Amino acid sequence: MPDPLLDVRHLRVEFPTRRGTLVALDDVSFDISPGEILGVVGESGAGKSLTGAAIIGLLDPPGRIAAGEIRFDGRRIDSLPYEAMRKVRGKSIGAIFQDPLTSLDPLYTVGQQLIETIRTHLPVSASEARQRAIRLLEETGIPAAEARLDQYPHQFSGGMRQRVVIALALAGEPRLIVADEPTTALDVSIQAQIIFLLKRLCKEHGAAVMLVTHDMGVIAETCDRVAVMYAGRIVEIGPVADVIHKPAHPYTVGLMGSIPAMDEDRERLLQIDGSMPRLTAIPAGCAFNPRCPHVFDRCRVDRPDLMPAGATRAACWLHAASLKAAA
Amino acid sequence: MSAMPDEVVAPLVEVEGLSKTFDVSAPWLNRVIDRKPRQFVHAVDDVSFSILPGTTLALVGESGCGKSTVARLLVGLYAPTRGRVLFGGVDATATTRPTAMRRRMQMIFQDPYASLNPRWKVRDIVAEPLREHDFDADVAGAERERRLLSRVDRLLDSVGLAAADAEKFPHQFSGGQRQRISIARALATHPEFLVCDEPTSALDVSVQAQVLNIMKALQVELGLTYLFISHNLAVVRHVSDQVGVMYLGRIVEIASKQTLFSTPRHPYTGMLLDAIPDIHMSGRARTPVQGEVPNPLDPPSGCSFHPRCPHANERCRVERPLLLPAGATRVACHAVQEGRI
Repeated sequence: MPDPLLDVRHLRVEFPTRRGTLVALDDVSFDISPGEILGVVGESGAGKSLTGAAIIGLLDPPGRIAAGEIRFDGRRIDSLPYEAMRKVRGKSIGAIFQDPLTSLDPLYTVGQQLIETIRTHLPVSASEARQRAIRLLEETGIPAAEARLDQYPHQFSGGMRQRVVIALALAGEPRLIVADEPTTALDVSIQAQIIFLLKRLCKEHGAAVMLVTHDMGVIAETCDRVAVMYAGRIVEIGPVADVIHKPAHPYTVGLMGSIPAMDEDRERLLQIDGSMPRLTAIPAGCAFNPRCPHVFDRCRVDRPDLMPAGATRAACWLHAASLKAAA
Repeated sequence: MSAMPDEVVAPLVEVEGLSKTFDVSAPWLNRVIDRKPRQFVHAVDDVSFSILPGTTLALVGESGCGKSTVARLLVGLYAPTRGRVLFGGVDATATTRPTAMRRRMQMIFQDPYASLNPRWKVRDIVAEPLREHDFDADVAGAERERRLLSRVDRLLDSVGLAAADAEKFPHQFSGGQRQRISIARALATHPEFLVCDEPTSALDVSVQAQVLNIMKALQVELGLTYLFISHNLAVVRHVSDQVGVMYLGRIVEIASKQTLFSTPRHPYTGMLLDAIPDIHMSGRARTPVQGEVPNPLDPPSGCSFHPRCPHANERCRVERPLLLPAGATRVACHAVQEGRI
């Protein structure tokens, strides 16, 4: 196995507030190999976007990394000073956000924004940068790229804007792209186009992707591996096919069962009763225990770490029991 | 639900040639100075359908296709430009007793954070339609208040909330719980017909499952009729009996759920079905359709889908297709009518 491109170890993100410290991410560990697409899935508030923000060094204060480390290509990036991190961000790690309208500056043409990004990160002349910008727009499937370079973001439709944002993310030739809900604001037909585009371009450019989304369908079609998050922790991680077809954590089982399927008829959807706990009231033991159908005494006291569970790794004491039985 | 008795049942809701045009012209002075004409958006254009009592019609389509406008026209939040809505055989747009009609149809909105008054307790939110429609008006004072509160308790119970929740404010609830409060409020006046405009789009999947399960259980229990608006085809497939697909203000295909999902006829329906990311990764080859929804201010001539359609020919570019029967479905497509696809 090659050395991981991104290695996140025991990451803990805290928000100090007047009423005590909120732990938004707790002991999150995962890695991404070069060229790999890792999906991060979970419900709102699970901490998936925060994980992305921590990696690209864009945690909103007072949020801070309280423990753990993030290594990119073997080098620690979580403790870099602001200016040094700025050089990594955009050059080595590209970012795509949910809303393409707010990630583009309305006062500059698309071309100015692309050329600025290219010249910040690559040693090229203005005219070379312009040629590069046109080529990037063409690659992302924008028709009449040369003419559209001099248009403003408001002259683009939502899908076209997201293509521009992808072009921007690729401008510095990054080795990793953090894509936070890149298709959530788009209609299904456009979503399909953008997902195909992202997948194809990352393959061509050899970039690894961390794809944050709440849409299991997008994960299934796009990713190699998937991490399922719940209440600030990874509860299950493994190859996509295994997590979808043989989920090991009761939360993943519930999550998969609650998605209406296109190819079978069910009178009732499987539902997980209750909702995810607020950060101020995360239960002791396993955070999922109040909603879990298989809860037993240990779950209410001890917090499980990720442990091998079939083809995946899951943070659930059920698998500790089966491990012991096997041993 | 889908099991209907053999005798002919009169539809509860009939929509005939419904159209809504919005005036989006620039202000008068700008029009005069810039010599610009008036501009209109045909948000809903000649839409007709009917819904049998106790069944669900789902309208699907992408943003801007007019599905929410249809919902608002049906409950009377907009007045139609042309066409009419018959509710239980009575013209809802020309009725002399609109309040009585409104009591029989209610709406559930998309955003449970915006549709509940943050300064009101849940008790008052759910009781508002009861007061508005003079429930228990025969008794006065404390006795009426007591009866209204017991109604509120029963309503909250029917959507899986506790009676104690009546004393809380909306901000104390999660999104899914708030949407249940909206459902309780909509059910307060014992309506026969609920218009649900993207009721689960703002919710997480596990919570969406809770809300969809409650809605289905209530439909069976109370014999409700639903118009269900959504852009999520998997959700539509789960809840509906009949599905209408909208594109740029028109229904392009309408059929029973089984027919539509097994044999989609309109190229746009096929494209929508194909665009859903497949969770089971059956290895189905997908070719995302190129292009985007055109600007509704300047819709294409003829069939409005022709610029994106792989089967378009000269006739499609000129002549607008009508919604005509084709086998078990009704579809607005020249290629289907001519037998080309």
